[in-house]
Amino acid sequence: MNEDSPVQILKSNVWYSNPIFIQILGICSTLAVTNNLSNTFTMTVGLMFVAAFTNITVSLLKGIIPRKVRMILQTLIIAFYVIIVDILLRAYLPEISKALGPYVGLIITNCIIMGRAEAFAQSHGPLISAWDGITSGLGYMWVLMLIAFVRELMGFGTLFGIAVLPAGFTPWTIMVMAPSAFFLLGTFIWVAKTIILKQEASSMQPKPGRKQASCSAMQPKGGK
Amino acid sequence: MVPDINPVVLLFASIFTSNILLANFLGMCSFISISKDMKSSNGLGLAVTVVLTLTAMLNWVLLQYVLIPLDLLYLRYIIFIIVIAATVQILEMVIDRVSPALYMSLGIFLPLITVNCAILGVALFMQIRNYSFVQTVVFAFGSGLGWWLAIVTLAAIQKKLVKAPVPAGLSGPGITLITIGFMAMAFIGFSGMLSVQ
Repeated sequence: MNEDSPVQILKSNVWYSNPIFIQILGICSTLAVTNNLSNTFTMTVGLMFVAAFTNITVSLLKGIIPRKVRMILQTLIIAFYVIIVDILLRAYLPEISKALGPYVGLIITNCIIMGRAEAFAQSHGPLISAWDGITSGLGYMWVLMLIAFVRELMGFGTLFGIAVLPAGFTPWTIMVMAPSAFFLLGTFIWVAKTIILKQEASSMQPKPGRKQASCSAMQPKGGK
Repeated sequence: MVPDINPVVLLFASIFTSNILLANFLGMCSFISISKDMKSSNGLGLAVTVVLTLTAMLNWVLLQYVLIPLDLLYLRYIIFIIVIAATVQILEMVIDRVSPALYMSLGIFLPLITVNCAILGVALFMQIRNYSFVQTVVFAFGSGLGWWLAIVTLAAIQKKLVKAPVPAGLSGPGITLITIGFMAMAFIGFSGMLSVQ
Protein backbone atom coordinates (compact mmCIF):
# COMPACT_ATOMS: atom_id res chain seq x y z
CA MET A 1 0.00 0.00 0.00
CA ASN A 2 1.17 3.51 -0.72
CA GLU A 3 2.76 4.97 2.42
CA ASP A 4 1.83 8.50 1.49
CA SER A 5 -1.83 8.07 0.61
CA PRO A 6 -4.08 10.46 2.57
CA VAL A 7 -5.86 7.62 4.36
CA GLN A 8 -2.58 6.06 5.38
CA ILE A 9 -1.33 9.37 6.76
CA LEU A 10 -4.54 9.80 8.70
CA LYS A 11 -4.28 6.34 10.25
CA SER A 12 -0.64 6.76 11.06
CA ASN A 13 -0.99 10.18 12.67
CA VAL A 14 -4.15 9.42 14.60
CA TRP A 15 -3.22 5.98 15.87
CA TYR A 16 -0.13 4.06 14.73
CA SER A 17 2.38 6.81 15.33
CA ASN A 18 0.22 9.14 17.37
CA PRO A 19 2.30 12.11 18.47
CA ILE A 20 1.29 11.75 22.09
CA PHE A 21 1.22 8.12 23.09
CA ILE A 22 3.73 6.70 20.62
CA GLN A 23 6.19 9.51 20.10
CA ILE A 24 5.61 11.35 23.41
CA LEU A 25 6.15 14.65 21.66
CA GLY A 26 4.95 18.08 22.46
CA ILE A 27 2.94 17.42 25.59
CA CYS A 28 4.51 20.32 27.46
CA SER A 29 2.54 23.15 26.03
CA THR A 30 -0.81 21.49 26.10
CA LEU A 31 -1.04 19.25 29.14
CA ALA A 32 -1.29 22.36 31.30
CA VAL A 33 -4.62 23.43 29.85
CA THR A 34 -6.34 20.03 30.02
CA ASN A 35 -8.36 20.81 33.14
CA ASN A 36 -11.00 22.42 30.98
CA LEU A 37 -12.55 21.18 27.71
CA SER A 38 -13.04 24.51 25.95
CA ASN A 39 -9.47 25.62 26.65
CA THR A 40 -8.12 22.31 25.42
CA PHE A 41 -10.23 22.51 22.30
CA THR A 42 -9.10 26.05 21.47
CA MET A 43 -5.51 25.19 22.14
CA THR A 44 -5.48 22.06 19.96
CA VAL A 45 -7.31 23.83 17.13
CA GLY A 46 -4.64 26.53 17.31
CA LEU A 47 -1.97 23.87 17.19
CA MET A 48 -3.62 22.19 14.21
CA PHE A 49 -3.76 25.52 12.38
CA VAL A 50 -0.10 26.24 13.06
CA ALA A 51 0.96 22.71 12.12
CA ALA A 52 -0.94 22.78 8.82
CA PHE A 53 0.26 26.20 7.71
CA THR A 54 3.84 25.61 8.83
CA ASN A 55 3.87 22.41 6.81
CA ILE A 56 2.51 24.21 3.74
CA THR A 57 5.06 27.00 4.05
CA VAL A 58 8.00 24.72 4.70
CA SER A 59 6.96 22.49 1.83
CA LEU A 60 6.68 25.44 -0.57
CA LEU A 61 10.02 26.88 0.49
CA LYS A 62 11.92 23.62 0.72
CA GLY A 63 13.86 24.27 -2.49
CA ILE A 64 14.87 27.78 -1.46
CA ILE A 65 15.94 27.36 2.17
CA PRO A 66 19.60 26.43 2.57
CA ARG A 67 19.94 23.31 4.69
CA LYS A 68 22.17 24.95 7.26
CA VAL A 69 19.72 27.61 8.37
CA ARG A 70 16.51 25.62 7.96
CA MET A 71 15.99 25.02 11.68
CA ILE A 72 15.98 28.67 12.61
CA LEU A 73 13.82 29.51 9.59
CA GLN A 74 11.34 26.81 10.51
CA THR A 75 11.19 28.23 14.01
CA LEU A 76 10.51 31.69 12.62
CA ILE A 77 7.78 30.36 10.34
CA ILE A 78 6.17 28.63 13.33
CA ALA A 79 6.47 31.79 15.44
CA PHE A 80 4.81 33.79 12.64
CA TYR A 81 1.73 31.55 12.63
CA VAL A 82 1.61 31.40 16.42
CA ILE A 83 1.47 35.20 16.50
CA ILE A 84 -1.51 35.07 14.14
CA VAL A 85 -3.25 32.55 16.39
CA ASP A 86 -2.50 34.67 19.43
CA ILE A 87 -3.88 37.86 17.85
CA LEU A 88 -7.00 36.05 16.60
CA LEU A 89 -7.63 34.57 20.03
CA ARG A 90 -7.23 37.90 21.76
CA ALA A 91 -9.63 39.54 19.33
CA TYR A 92 -12.38 36.94 19.25
CA LEU A 93 -12.01 34.85 22.41
CA PRO A 94 -10.46 37.22 24.99
CA GLU A 95 -11.61 35.09 27.94
CA ILE A 96 -9.96 31.92 26.70
CA SER A 97 -6.90 33.83 25.57
CA LYS A 98 -6.44 35.09 29.11
CA ALA A 99 -6.91 31.64 30.60
CA LEU A 100 -4.39 30.10 28.23
CA GLY A 101 -1.82 32.74 29.17
CA PRO A 102 1.68 31.86 28.06
CA TYR A 103 0.71 28.48 26.69
CA VAL A 104 -0.37 29.81 23.29
CA GLY A 105 3.12 31.19 22.76
CA LEU A 106 4.55 27.89 23.81
CA ILE A 107 3.12 26.25 20.70
CA ILE A 108 6.37 27.52 19.12
CA THR A 109 8.44 25.07 21.11
CA ASN A 110 5.99 22.24 20.58
CA CYS A 111 8.17 19.53 19.12
CA ILE A 112 5.36 18.07 17.00
CA ILE A 113 5.20 21.01 14.64
CA MET A 114 8.91 21.17 14.00
CA GLY A 115 9.05 17.38 13.88
CA ARG A 116 6.40 17.20 11.16
CA ALA A 117 7.96 20.05 9.20
CA GLU A 118 11.30 18.30 9.32
CA ALA A 119 10.14 14.73 8.79
CA PHE A 120 7.31 15.26 6.33
CA ALA A 121 6.97 18.72 4.76
CA GLN A 122 10.67 18.82 3.90
CA SER A 123 10.16 16.00 1.38
CA HIS A 124 6.51 16.27 0.27
CA GLY A 125 4.23 18.57 -1.70
CA PRO A 126 2.29 21.40 -0.03
CA LEU A 127 -1.20 19.88 -0.15
CA ILE A 128 -0.32 16.53 1.33
CA SER A 129 1.85 18.31 3.90
CA ALA A 130 -1.13 20.38 4.97
CA TRP A 131 -3.09 17.15 5.39
CA ASP A 132 -0.26 15.72 7.44
CA GLY A 133 -0.31 18.76 9.70
CA ILE A 134 -4.07 18.59 10.17
CA THR A 135 -4.06 14.87 10.96
CA SER A 136 -1.17 15.25 13.41
CA GLY A 137 -3.25 17.92 15.11
CA LEU A 138 -6.22 15.53 15.14
CA GLY A 139 -4.16 12.76 16.70
CA TYR A 140 -3.11 15.26 19.31
CA MET A 141 -6.58 16.62 19.85
CA TRP A 142 -8.51 13.45 20.54
CA VAL A 143 -6.08 12.24 23.20
CA LEU A 144 -6.00 15.57 25.02
CA MET A 145 -9.76 16.05 24.72
CA LEU A 146 -10.21 12.68 26.37
CA ILE A 147 -7.95 13.71 29.25
CA ALA A 148 -9.69 17.08 29.52
CA PHE A 149 -13.06 15.30 29.52
CA VAL A 150 -12.14 13.22 32.56
CA ARG A 151 -10.45 16.12 34.36
CA GLU A 152 -13.28 18.59 33.87
CA LEU A 153 -15.99 16.04 34.63
CA MET A 154 -14.37 14.82 37.83
CA GLY A 155 -12.79 18.08 38.87
CA PHE A 156 -15.68 20.49 38.35
CA GLY A 157 -18.63 18.24 37.50
CA THR A 158 -19.08 20.12 34.23
CA LEU A 159 -18.48 19.59 30.49
CA PHE A 160 -17.68 22.66 28.40
CA GLY A 161 -18.74 24.68 31.45
CA ILE A 162 -22.22 23.12 31.63
CA ALA A 163 -23.04 21.25 34.82
CA VAL A 164 -23.77 17.62 34.01
CA LEU A 165 -23.33 15.85 37.32
CA PRO A 166 -25.97 16.10 40.07
CA ALA A 167 -25.51 18.87 42.64
CA GLY A 168 -24.62 16.37 45.38
CA PHE A 169 -21.43 15.37 43.57
CA THR A 170 -18.23 16.20 45.43
CA PRO A 171 -15.59 17.39 42.95
CA TRP A 172 -12.27 15.59 43.05
CA THR A 173 -9.84 18.38 43.81
CA ILE A 174 -6.91 16.29 42.60
CA MET A 175 -8.34 16.36 39.07
CA VAL A 176 -7.95 20.12 38.90
CA MET A 177 -4.34 19.95 40.01
CA ALA A 178 -1.27 19.06 37.99
CA PRO A 179 -0.63 15.44 39.11
CA SER A 180 -3.90 14.14 37.67
CA ALA A 181 -2.78 15.12 34.16
CA PHE A 182 0.32 12.97 34.55
CA PHE A 183 -1.67 10.07 35.98
CA LEU A 184 -4.31 10.22 33.26
CA LEU A 185 -1.81 10.49 30.44
CA GLY A 186 0.23 7.65 31.94
CA THR A 187 -2.85 5.45 32.20
CA PHE A 188 -3.90 6.39 28.71
CA ILE A 189 -0.52 5.42 27.30
CA TRP A 190 -0.79 2.14 29.19
CA VAL A 191 -4.15 1.30 27.62
CA ALA A 192 -3.12 2.40 24.12
CA LYS A 193 0.13 0.51 24.26
CA THR A 194 -1.54 -2.65 25.53
CA ILE A 195 -3.96 -2.54 22.60
CA ILE A 196 -1.12 -1.98 20.15
CA LEU A 197 0.94 -4.82 21.63
CA LYS A 198 -2.08 -7.12 21.31
CA GLN A 199 -2.57 -6.12 17.69
CA GLU A 200 1.05 -6.79 16.95
CA ALA A 201 0.92 -10.16 18.64
CA SER A 202 -2.21 -11.22 16.75
CA SER A 203 -0.89 -10.01 13.41
CA MET A 204 2.33 -11.94 13.95
CA GLN A 205 0.88 -15.39 14.58
CA PRO A 206 -1.50 -16.62 11.85
CA LYS A 207 -0.10 -15.93 8.41
CA PRO A 208 -3.28 -16.03 6.32
CA GLY A 209 -5.06 -13.90 8.89
CA ARG A 210 -2.88 -10.89 8.23
CA LYS A 211 -5.57 -9.03 6.35
CA GLN A 212 -8.06 -9.69 9.09
CA ALA A 213 -5.68 -8.41 11.67
CA SER A 214 -5.25 -5.13 9.88
CA CYS A 215 -9.02 -4.84 9.66
CA SER A 216 -9.49 -5.40 13.35
CA ALA A 217 -6.75 -2.86 13.89
CA MET A 218 -9.12 -0.26 12.56
CA GLN A 219 -11.90 -1.15 14.93
CA PRO A 220 -10.80 0.74 18.02
CA LYS A 221 -11.13 3.95 16.09
CA GLY A 222 -14.66 3.06 15.05
CA GLY A 223 -13.93 2.38 11.39
CA LYS A 224 -13.08 5.10 8.94
CA MET B 1 2.33 47.14 38.07
CA VAL B 2 5.23 45.10 39.44
CA PRO B 3 3.86 42.44 41.79
CA ASP B 4 4.94 42.78 45.39
CA ILE B 5 6.79 39.52 46.00
CA ASN B 6 9.86 39.09 48.12
CA PRO B 7 12.64 37.64 45.90
CA VAL B 8 13.55 35.03 48.51
CA VAL B 9 9.97 33.80 48.64
CA LEU B 10 9.85 33.81 44.85
CA LEU B 11 13.01 31.71 44.70
CA PHE B 12 11.57 29.01 46.93
CA ALA B 13 8.21 29.18 45.24
CA SER B 14 9.74 28.65 41.82
CA ILE B 15 11.79 25.70 43.03
CA PHE B 16 9.14 23.91 45.06
CA THR B 17 5.56 25.05 45.10
CA SER B 18 5.20 26.12 41.50
CA ASN B 19 7.90 23.95 40.00
CA ILE B 20 8.17 24.76 36.32
CA LEU B 21 7.93 21.11 35.37
CA LEU B 22 5.68 19.51 37.94
CA ALA B 23 3.15 22.32 38.26
CA ASN B 24 3.41 24.03 34.89
CA PHE B 25 4.28 21.05 32.67
CA LEU B 26 7.09 22.91 30.94
CA GLY B 27 10.16 21.18 29.60
CA MET B 28 8.64 17.72 29.40
CA CYS B 29 10.04 16.56 26.06
CA SER B 30 13.71 16.42 26.92
CA PHE B 31 12.76 15.53 30.49
CA ILE B 32 11.23 12.20 29.58
CA SER B 33 13.86 11.18 27.06
CA ILE B 34 16.94 12.16 29.07
CA SER B 35 15.90 11.21 32.58
CA LYS B 36 17.06 7.62 32.22
CA ASP B 37 20.62 8.40 33.12
CA MET B 38 21.93 10.26 36.16
CA LYS B 39 24.96 11.88 34.57
CA SER B 40 23.13 13.33 31.59
CA SER B 41 20.35 14.51 33.87
CA ASN B 42 22.83 16.49 35.90
CA GLY B 43 24.44 17.96 32.80
CA LEU B 44 21.13 18.92 31.28
CA GLY B 45 19.89 20.37 34.57
CA LEU B 46 22.96 22.57 34.85
CA ALA B 47 22.69 23.66 31.22
CA VAL B 48 19.01 24.52 31.60
CA THR B 49 19.69 26.57 34.75
CA VAL B 50 22.47 28.57 33.08
CA VAL B 51 20.61 29.20 29.83
CA LEU B 52 17.37 29.98 31.62
CA THR B 53 18.95 32.64 33.82
CA LEU B 54 20.92 34.22 30.97
CA THR B 55 18.08 34.36 28.47
CA ALA B 56 15.56 35.61 31.02
CA MET B 57 17.83 38.55 31.81
CA LEU B 58 18.38 39.36 28.13
CA ASN B 59 14.71 38.98 27.33
CA TRP B 60 13.71 41.21 30.22
CA VAL B 61 16.00 44.00 29.00
CA LEU B 62 14.72 43.68 25.43
CA LEU B 63 11.13 43.57 26.61
CA GLN B 64 11.34 46.64 28.85
CA TYR B 65 13.59 48.83 26.71
CA VAL B 66 12.70 47.84 23.16
CA LEU B 67 9.44 45.98 22.79
CA ILE B 68 7.26 47.92 25.23
CA PRO B 69 8.48 51.47 24.33
CA LEU B 70 8.11 50.75 20.62
CA ASP B 71 4.72 49.08 21.13
CA LEU B 72 5.93 45.90 19.44
CA LEU B 73 4.70 43.50 22.09
CA TYR B 74 3.17 41.18 19.51
CA LEU B 75 6.67 40.46 18.20
CA ARG B 76 7.72 39.05 21.57
CA TYR B 77 7.49 35.40 20.54
CA ILE B 78 9.89 35.91 17.67
CA ILE B 79 12.27 38.07 19.69
CA PHE B 80 12.32 35.67 22.64
CA ILE B 81 12.97 32.62 20.52
CA ILE B 82 15.74 34.34 18.56
CA VAL B 83 17.40 35.46 21.79
CA ILE B 84 17.21 31.93 23.15
CA ALA B 85 18.58 30.32 19.99
CA ALA B 86 21.38 32.87 19.71
CA THR B 87 22.36 32.59 23.39
CA VAL B 88 22.54 28.82 23.14
CA GLN B 89 24.64 29.04 20.00
CA ILE B 90 27.08 31.57 21.49
CA LEU B 91 27.32 29.70 24.77
CA GLU B 92 28.12 26.53 22.89
CA MET B 93 30.95 28.22 20.97
CA VAL B 94 32.36 29.89 24.08
CA ILE B 95 32.32 26.72 26.15
CA ASP B 96 33.90 24.78 23.32
CA ARG B 97 36.74 27.33 23.12
CA VAL B 98 37.27 27.89 26.84
CA SER B 99 36.85 24.47 28.36
CA PRO B 100 36.72 21.35 26.16
CA ALA B 101 36.12 19.21 29.24
CA LEU B 102 33.05 21.18 30.19
CA TYR B 103 31.96 21.08 26.57
CA MET B 104 31.98 17.32 26.63
CA SER B 105 29.75 17.19 29.68
CA LEU B 106 27.52 20.19 29.01
CA GLY B 107 27.88 21.17 25.36
CA ILE B 108 26.09 18.19 23.89
CA PHE B 109 22.92 19.19 25.74
CA LEU B 110 22.90 22.78 24.62
CA PRO B 111 21.20 22.30 21.22
CA LEU B 112 18.44 20.37 22.99
CA ILE B 113 17.72 23.40 25.10
CA THR B 114 16.58 25.69 22.31
CA VAL B 115 13.43 23.64 22.02
CA ASN B 116 12.97 23.21 25.75
CA CYS B 117 9.61 24.80 26.48
CA ALA B 118 10.72 25.80 29.96
CA ILE B 119 13.05 28.46 28.59
CA LEU B 120 10.44 30.20 26.48
CA GLY B 121 7.84 29.55 29.17
CA VAL B 122 9.80 31.46 31.80
CA ALA B 123 10.26 34.40 29.40
CA LEU B 124 6.52 34.49 28.76
CA PHE B 125 5.64 34.14 32.44
CA MET B 126 7.89 37.03 33.39
CA GLN B 127 6.22 39.18 30.75
CA ILE B 128 2.66 38.24 31.74
CA ARG B 129 3.32 38.61 35.47
CA ASN B 130 5.20 41.90 35.05
CA TYR B 131 8.22 40.87 37.09
CA SER B 132 10.94 43.40 37.90
CA PHE B 133 14.51 42.65 36.87
CA VAL B 134 15.49 41.14 40.22
CA GLN B 135 12.30 39.10 40.35
CA THR B 136 12.92 37.86 36.81
CA VAL B 137 16.46 36.73 37.61
CA VAL B 138 15.37 35.00 40.80
CA PHE B 139 12.38 33.40 39.12
CA ALA B 140 14.45 32.13 36.20
CA PHE B 141 17.22 30.82 38.41
CA GLY B 142 14.74 29.14 40.75
CA SER B 143 12.86 27.58 37.85
CA GLY B 144 16.11 26.20 36.50
CA LEU B 145 17.02 24.74 39.89
CA GLY B 146 13.53 23.30 40.24
CA TRP B 147 13.80 21.66 36.85
CA TRP B 148 17.22 20.30 37.73
CA LEU B 149 15.92 18.91 41.02
CA ALA B 150 12.99 17.27 39.26
CA ILE B 151 15.04 15.61 36.53
CA VAL B 152 17.68 14.30 38.96
CA THR B 153 15.00 12.94 41.28
CA LEU B 154 13.29 11.23 38.40
CA ALA B 155 16.57 9.76 37.15
CA ALA B 156 17.19 8.32 40.62
CA ILE B 157 13.71 6.80 40.76
CA GLN B 158 14.08 5.37 37.27
CA LYS B 159 17.27 3.64 38.31
CA LYS B 160 15.27 1.63 40.85
CA LEU B 161 12.41 1.21 38.46
CA VAL B 162 14.53 -0.75 36.00
CA LYS B 163 14.43 -3.70 38.37
CA ALA B 164 10.71 -3.50 39.03
CA PRO B 165 8.31 -5.78 37.17
CA VAL B 166 6.23 -3.32 35.16
CA PRO B 167 3.43 -4.59 32.86
CA ALA B 168 4.53 -4.60 29.21
CA GLY B 169 2.08 -1.94 28.12
CA LEU B 170 2.98 0.38 30.95
CA SER B 171 6.74 0.18 30.67
CA GLY B 172 8.58 3.11 29.14
CA PRO B 173 6.81 6.47 28.97
CA GLY B 174 3.67 5.23 30.75
CA ILE B 175 5.32 4.42 34.04
CA THR B 176 7.54 7.50 33.74
CA LEU B 177 4.49 9.74 33.53
CA ILE B 178 2.84 8.07 36.51
CA THR B 179 6.06 8.48 38.48
CA ILE B 180 6.13 12.16 37.56
CA GLY B 181 2.54 12.33 38.78
CA PHE B 182 3.57 11.05 42.20
CA MET B 183 6.46 13.51 42.30
CA ALA B 184 4.08 16.31 41.44
CA MET B 185 1.84 15.24 44.33
CA ALA B 186 4.80 15.29 46.69
CA PHE B 187 5.70 18.78 45.53
CA ILE B 188 2.15 19.97 46.08
CA GLY B 189 2.79 19.15 49.72
CA PHE B 190 5.12 22.13 49.82
CA SER B 191 2.38 24.52 48.86
CA GLY B 192 1.31 24.90 52.47
CA MET B 193 4.59 26.69 53.18
CA LEU B 194 4.30 29.54 50.70
CA SER B 195 1.62 30.64 48.36
CA VAL B 196 2.84 32.63 45.42
CA GLN B 197 1.24 32.39 42.03
